[in-house]
Amino acid sequence: MRYPVALTVNGELYELEVPGHRTLLDLIREDLGLTGTKQGCGNGECGACTVLLDGDPVNACLVLALQADGKSVTTIEGLSKGGKLDAIQEAFIAKGAIQCGFCTPGMVLSVKALLDRNPHPGQSEIREALTGNFCRCTGYQKIVEAVDSLIHHS
Amino acid sequence: MRLRKFEFSSPSSLAEALELMEKHGAGAKLMAGGTDLLVQMKSKTTTPPLVISLLKIPKLSEISPDGKGCKIGALAKHARIGDAPILQERWGILASAARKVGSPQIRNWGTVGGNLCNASPAADTAPPLLVLEAEVILVGRRGERRLPLESFFVGPGVTALTQDEILKEILIPEAPGPSAWAYLKLGRRKSLDLALSSVAVWLTADPHTKVCCRARMALGAVAPTPMRAKETEKFLEGKVLEERVILEAGAKAAMECNPISDIRASAEYRREMVNVLVQRAIKKSLGEAIPPTGI
Repeated sequence: MRYPVALTVNGELYELEVPGHRTLLDLIREDLGLTGTKQGCGNGECGACTVLLDGDPVNACLVLALQADGKSVTTIEGLSKGGKLDAIQEAFIAKGAIQCGFCTPGMVLSVKALLDRNPHPGQSEIREALTGNFCRCTGYQKIVEAVDSLIHHS
Repeated sequence: MRLRKFEFSSPSSLAEALELMEKHGAGAKLMAGGTDLLVQMKSKTTTPPLVISLLKIPKLSEISPDGKGCKIGALAKHARIGDAPILQERWGILASAARKVGSPQIRNWGTVGGNLCNASPAADTAPPLLVLEAEVILVGRRGERRLPLESFFVGPGVTALTQDEILKEILIPEAPGPSAWAYLKLGRRKSLDLALSSVAVWLTADPHTKVCCRARMALGAVAPTPMRAKETEKFLEGKVLEERVILEAGAKAAMECNPISDIRASAEYRREMVNVLVQRAIKKSLGEAIPPTGI
């Protein structure tokens, strides 16, 4: 059986019909074709599938698509505007805060949620905000430096 | 990591949810955030034919004053409990523990009701709610019942909920005067891991004599359910909280718990960590510096 779900993704309203067992991650990747959001562990441990749900980072692999009904989702594709990357994305590039890149969309969105809430976080707050995102290349230091560079420039 | 197919229902009232539960019996599973349930469903530990989502039921996630106490809706997310001013100011131990659940992503979606109903012995919100002597309100077709959280936990993954009941809210009674508290969680890593041992202490001491007049202590991940350490509480009450007493309290709590060996730690290690964490938690609650073990 399929059920109706209406949600806003990156500012655009989508009305779909999905089965109960569809996760938000599958809806985003398979139904909408937005493959910037990655599937990692599938168990809410790695953070590769992080998206913002009404502004808060969640693991899209642990949210049913139908539970996101009426909500607003931001994926990594929603950050750039008019072909121009977001300042967080620019900072990651400038600081070399990317190795294989698989964790990057989730990292960037966790950072976005942090800076939207607190534009001047301290080192411990930055690290705390990234505790739910694994970088298996272990490039954490550069990522923290990228976030730091944003705080000191703004 | 695929989910088996299931039917989905999203009732807009408790009455409607209860009706569905009665109709479908054991085939229906309630879902709050689902951060635990979906993991179990992906591993096929649980494969319910029907999932009833509680998210569309209004007012189930409110955190509000209740007389001199506080009422927390079962669907309150960990992140909201962690940053609610009323909890931070008056029941800081709960706010502090809520901020140690999983990761920011889990805290933004997982709920306190889900945490309690999942009934993991390691549930982070359980030890603080046990020391606060919280009660839970369970609602069924024939009305509501209220019971102490302590009797809500029956075994690993098992609660006092009957098949046709829903955990509606958690009641925290008035805080007994100025109290000192600490919640320490020891895991294999600082985030995204369950506790291998955790300790909550809530102490009231006479400010002049330093005699402890009221002690509440709860332990996580060292028994089939989160547990109160009542013998250690009794031992502490009426005593001056000095080094010798604190040392003995640690040893008593280590004797009182009943841990198992599993993937996270051996029973012996857990018991020894209870000893250490209890001492540190008492010291931390008294404002003393403790080593940076646990989180």
